[in-house]
Amino acid sequence: MTAVQSPASAWKIAAEIVDPEIPVLTIEDLGVLRDVRMQGETVVVTLTPTYSGCPAMDQMGDDVILALTAEGFADVRIDFSLTPTWTTEWMSDAGRQKLEQYGIAPPGPKPTSGPIPVQLGVKCPRCGSLRTRSVSQFGSTSCKAHYECLACLEPFDHFKFH
Amino acid sequence: MSAEAEPSVTVTDVELDAELTSTGLVASADEAEYALRIGDDSLILAQQLGWWISRAPELEEDLALGNIALDLLGHARNLLHFAGTALGKTEDELAYFRDEHEFRSAWLFEQPNGDFGHTIARGLLTSAYQFELYTQLAASSSPGLAGIAAKSVKEVAYHRDHAVQWILRLAGGTDESRSRIERALINTWPYLDELFRDDELHDRFEGAPRPSALREPVMSVLRQVLAEAELDEPKTTESSGDGRHGHHSTYLGPILAEMQVLARRHPGASW
Repeated sequence: MTAVQSPASAWKIAAEIVDPEIPVLTIEDLGVLRDVRMQGETVVVTLTPTYSGCPAMDQMGDDVILALTAEGFADVRIDFSLTPTWTTEWMSDAGRQKLEQYGIAPPGPKPTSGPIPVQLGVKCPRCGSLRTRSVSQFGSTSCKAHYECLACLEPFDHFKFH
Repeated sequence: MSAEAEPSVTVTDVELDAELTSTGLVASADEAEYALRIGDDSLILAQQLGWWISRAPELEEDLALGNIALDLLGHARNLLHFAGTALGKTEDELAYFRDEHEFRSAWLFEQPNGDFGHTIARGLLTSAYQFELYTQLAASSSPGLAGIAAKSVKEVAYHRDHAVQWILRLAGGTDESRSRIERALINTWPYLDELFRDDELHDRFEGAPRPSALREPVMSVLRQVLAEAELDEPKTTESSGDGRHGHHSTYLGPILAEMQVLARRHPGASW
């Protein structure tokens, strides 16, 4: 197979890989895809983990390797980098909109710091009400909190600020 | 008793080289010792918290304690991996093939789960400590340690919030919940002091915070939380625990036995 072996074309392919837990978000939307460069014949793709223990990271790395290999890149390496530290502020606007349409409230602004934090209201992705309450800061994956809407009474996930 | 007692597990050769090359940073001997101590703290606590999954008082707590355990396991993996670059070992070798006296975790982390109150009291002390530790360590002159700390502190902030919310709820709840959290704090408090003791490592290695520098900020947060919950600071005698030099309580052995049995029974197993 012939392919243009450039970092730009490799980025385009890697950027289409989705989060296995939230398949509407690509790793580019998430801000997990940090860098793609050529080192000789090797494509080096740098990813940064969302959460330290996130089990989806290995899957994302494997998916990038498979996709690039299928497009003719023979030698692919994944580097995981912790610095600079991933933040939800890197999430694209397109990613935020897709999350909300998918039924997950997107991350908001930074909450106040201190041992007893205060956070702004989170909008219900189903009915749009701000009358919601946090059930737990921990949800179905590391990145999500568990909320409940007091207007439409539906439970929902919130991609929490990080 | 029969051949059926042997589970069917695919055993492959242990591949050591693959993992060792995954980051460019190689730790010095002192960085490795520092990383091992705090990495073992997280590993042991992660292993303990996993027990609560399916046993917590409510489903949301199964998820919360499970997620906290997962974060801690992530911190432990990063720290043990980094330590392993100096020791020529993988994170799995360090986690599964060291014996009790080779672990460097502090006694607080091996204290039993107890009732939910004890798990929350222990969680308050560990998260208040780790929050301050990682906050200071993020400014370390060691890029390896600083990177892991900057990542970890954001997650520990959620762990501390979880513990604080529960302390307030239990202290302000029924007579029973209040007396249980009081008792849990009294039983857990003696293990704080060990976290703040300097030793020869900190005299040699100045690139990371001295434990004694964490005492005031950690105690100040704990006192703030106790005041908010209208709880008295426990007046207890400090434990003489010395996990940082491999001297552990009787609690660590059974934790390790459970954590390590599969890896030791089937070295290199994958599924």
